[in-house]
Amino acid sequence: MRLRRKRWRWRAFRKRRQLTPVANRTAQIRSSDILLFSTFRNEDVRLPYFLKYYREMGIDHFLMVDNASDDGGREYLAQQPDVSLWTTDHSYKRARFGVDWLNWLQSRYGHKHWCLTVDPDEFFIYPFCDTRPIRGLTDWLDASAIRSFSAMLLDMYPKGRIDETLYRKGDNPLDIASWFDSGNYSIYRNPTYGNLWIQGGPRSRLFFEDEPWRAPALNKIPLVKWHRRYAYISSTHMLLPRGLNLTYDEWGGEKASGMLLHTKFLDTFGAKASEELSRSQHYAASQEYKAYAAGLKDNPDLWCKWSEKYINWRQLEILGLMSKGNWA
Amino acid sequence: MTGTTGIVMLIHTAFDRAEQVLRHWHKGGCPVVVHVDRSVGHADYQAFVQAVRDLPHVRFSKRHRCEWGTWGIVAASISASELMLEAFPDVRHVFLASGSCMPLRPVKELVKYLRDRPRTDFIESATTADVPWTVGGLDEERFTLRFPFSWRKQRWMFDKWVEIQRRYNLRRSIPDGITPHMGSQWWCLTRQTLSAILQDPRRSVYDSYFSKVWIPDESYFQTLVRLYSQNVESRSLTLSKFDFQGKPHIFYDDHLQLLRRSDCFVARKIWPQANRLYDTFLSESGDAMNGTEPNPGKIDRIFAKATERRTRGRAGLYMQSRLPNENWENGFSSARYSVFEGFAELFEDFESWLARATGTRVHGHLFSPLRAEFDGRQDTYAGALSSNPQLRDYNARMFLTNLIWNTRGERQCFQFGPGDSQFVSWDMAKDPNAQISVISGAWAVPLFLSNRNFGDLRAEAAELQKVEAEHLHALRSPYAKARIRIWTLAEFVEAPMEALQTVIDEIGGVRLKRLTEAPRMVDLKGFGQFLQNLKNQGMHPYLMGDFPVERSPSNARTSRRKPYLVK
Repeated sequence: MRLRRKRWRWRAFRKRRQLTPVANRTAQIRSSDILLFSTFRNEDVRLPYFLKYYREMGIDHFLMVDNASDDGGREYLAQQPDVSLWTTDHSYKRARFGVDWLNWLQSRYGHKHWCLTVDPDEFFIYPFCDTRPIRGLTDWLDASAIRSFSAMLLDMYPKGRIDETLYRKGDNPLDIASWFDSGNYSIYRNPTYGNLWIQGGPRSRLFFEDEPWRAPALNKIPLVKWHRRYAYISSTHMLLPRGLNLTYDEWGGEKASGMLLHTKFLDTFGAKASEELSRSQHYAASQEYKAYAAGLKDNPDLWCKWSEKYINWRQLEILGLMSKGNWA
Repeated sequence: MTGTTGIVMLIHTAFDRAEQVLRHWHKGGCPVVVHVDRSVGHADYQAFVQAVRDLPHVRFSKRHRCEWGTWGIVAASISASELMLEAFPDVRHVFLASGSCMPLRPVKELVKYLRDRPRTDFIESATTADVPWTVGGLDEERFTLRFPFSWRKQRWMFDKWVEIQRRYNLRRSIPDGITPHMGSQWWCLTRQTLSAILQDPRRSVYDSYFSKVWIPDESYFQTLVRLYSQNVESRSLTLSKFDFQGKPHIFYDDHLQLLRRSDCFVARKIWPQANRLYDTFLSESGDAMNGTEPNPGKIDRIFAKATERRTRGRAGLYMQSRLPNENWENGFSSARYSVFEGFAELFEDFESWLARATGTRVHGHLFSPLRAEFDGRQDTYAGALSSNPQLRDYNARMFLTNLIWNTRGERQCFQFGPGDSQFVSWDMAKDPNAQISVISGAWAVPLFLSNRNFGDLRAEAAELQKVEAEHLHALRSPYAKARIRIWTLAEFVEAPMEALQTVIDEIGGVRLKRLTEAPRMVDLKGFGQFLQNLKNQGMHPYLMGDFPVERSPSNARTSRRKPYLVK
C-alpha cells in the first residue's frame, strides 16, 4: 500500500509540469484556511453560483484547474480575488480524470489544511450547514480527531425532460434539479482499500439496470485534513493511506457524514454528454456517457412517482442518506 | 470592596472570546483570577495581559502547563484559587470556569443565588462505582494505576503501560482517609471549604498522590471536598456535556433558544465563532429569569440522543457512514414484515384478500426472477426502488432492507418461494423482524394446474423441492430468529382458516378480529394423483406431506369453511 501511495504521488509529481499557472494567489493562504480544489472544463455557466455557494459556506481559497476551457470560464476565474487558477490542455484521462493534477496541488498547498475537493456541479451539504459555517464542522472534526469526512454523491434531477428548463448563469441549479432517489442504494465494501462502494440512484435505475455493477460509484470522501503524504486514488472515491477511507462505523453506530448534491442533470447535460462522448476522456471509455446518450434519447425524464423533492439537510438525515453522528 | 463571588478562569486559546467573557464577569462585579496555559507563547500571553490592564480586579496566577488528563489543570486551579483567596478577602464563593465558558444568566443572578446559599459547595462528586460516564474503561483504575505517559502523544505507551500494570497487578495504594470521588471538573466552592483543602497539613501527600492519578481534575477537588464540606450539593453549576469519547459537546448559534430555556448559569463549551451566542448572552440586557433553578433537561436529551445515534445508530439502516459488520446491526431490518410462502400458490386471490384482511401493503413475489412484483406491479416503489431483477439481485440484501426502511410505518407483506432468487433466504431467517409462514410443497400446486409436459414438470418439481428444502433448512437452523411457522400442504388444507387466523392475528396486533371472508382455494381435486404420478416417475415429493391419492380435498374444504363464514 505504501508503494501504491508513493506511485500515485510520484505520478502527481510528474504531472505537475502539465499545469500552467494563470493566477497564483496561494501566497494569500493563511495557515488556518479551508481550501477548495476543483478541476473543470467548459463550466462557465455554473461557476458564478458555485463560487457564491462555497464562499457563503466559508471556503477561504479556491484552487482550480482548468482543462482547456474555451467558454470564458478561465478568464472569469482568473479575476476572482480568492481563486488560484492553473490551466492545462493535457489529457484529462491520462491525468486519471484530474486526480493527478489535484494530488499535486494538494500536496503542495493543502498540507495541514482542511481540503474540500468537489466538481463544479457538486454542492456539499453537511449536518447543520444551514446554521453553522464549514469551519464549525472542521473545528469539530479536529476536536474529534477525525481526518476525513464522507459525503455521498446524490444525483439530483428535474421533474420532466431534463432539457425542458434552461439553466442560466448565477441560478441555483437545485431550483431546477430538485428531485432525488431516496432509498435505492447498494453498498459493498472494497476489501482492498477499505472504502465503501455505493451505487444506485437514477443513473443506475435507468441506465445501468442490466449491468448494475458498471453503475457509477457514489461514495466520496471530499473533505480531508490534508497531509502531503496523502493521495486520492480515483476521483475522491478513495484515498491512501487506507485509514482515511474508514468514514463509516462497523459496530452499529453512525458516524457523521454529509452529501454532495450532484446537479449534473440540467439542460446543459445533453451538450456535455455528446462532447464527452467524442472526447472519450471519461471513466471506462465513457461507458457512462454512452449509456446516458442511449437512455436519454428515448426517455429524457429521470423523475418517477417515488422521487423525493429536496428540502434541506434534515430531510436527508431523516431519510437516512446522511447522519449527524454525535454532532449535536 | 469587591464582589462575593470570585471567578477563576483557565484559558488556553481563543483569547478574544476569553477577554469578552472576562470583561462580562468583571462588569458583573466579580473579581477574576486568570490562569493562562504555559504552552501559550509569551507574546500572546503579554498581549492578553495588556488587553485587560484597565480592569482593577483581575489578577494573573502562576502559569502551569495544562495537558488534558494530567495534573497541570489541577495545579493551575490550585494556584489561581490561592491567589483568589489571598487577593480578594471579600470573596465567599470561588467559581471555576474556562475561557470557553459563557454565563447564560446575568452575573447578578449567580451572585445572588450563591449569596442565598452561603455554605453550599456546588461540586459534582460521586464514588467511582456509581458513575457510568468514564471513558476508556478506566474508572476505579484511575486511582490505582500510574500514568507516566501522555494519552494524547504517547498513546501506545500509555495503553501498554496500563496493560502491564494490569497483568502484573501493580497497584498503588490510596492515601488513608480519602475515598475517591469523581465528577465534573467545573465547581464552585466556598472560601471555607476551599481554604480547608488548600491549607490541609496533609496536602502534600494528597498532591503527590493525585499528581499521578489519571484525569485528576475530575477527582482532586471532588474527593477532598468530602473531607471538609458541610454541605455538598453534588451538581455542577456549569452546564457541560460530554460525548462518548469524553470530549465536551460544543454549543453553536443554533442552540440559542435551547440555552436560554435551560436556565443554567454557565455553559461550556461555546464555539469561539458563535457570534450570536456571545452577542446575546454577553449583552447588557440579559433578561432576568427570576431565580429559577437550572433545568438542562432538554439539552441533556439532545446530547444523549446524539451519543446514541453515534453508538447504536438507526436499526435497519445501511448508509455511507453506517455499515455494521454482521451481527452488529442491532436489527437487520428496521421494522416488522411478513413473508408468505406457498399461500399465493394455494389461494387464487391471496394478495388482495390479505391486503383487505390486514390493511398492510401486500406485494407479490418480490424476488421473482422476472421482476420484483411490487404492489400493483409498479415499475418503481418507495425510495425509487426499481423492479428490475438484475438491479435487485446485484444487492438483494440491501434491496430488502431498503424496502423495509423506505416504508417505515407501513407493514410490508410479500410472497416468497423456491422459484424466487434465494439470496435473502438466510437473512430473513435470522431477522427477528421477519414473520415467515410457509406452506411447504405448495409450489407443486401451480405445476399441477399447469398444462405442460410431464417430463418438464418432473424436472422442475425436483428443482423446486431441492431449493425449498434448503430454505427450510435455514428456517429450522438454530440461527433462525424470525417468527416462523411451517405447515406441510397436507396439514394446511386440513384446517386452512385456523392457520390463517393465527398468522393474521400476529400481524394485526391490536385489531383482533375474526376473519369473515376466506380466500379462494384452488381446486385440488386430483392433486393426490398428480403427486402419485411424480412418484411413479421416480421423483419423491415429500415436502407437501401425505396426500392420499383418493382424497378429494375440495369437497372437504367447503364443509370446513362454513363456520367461519357465519359472523
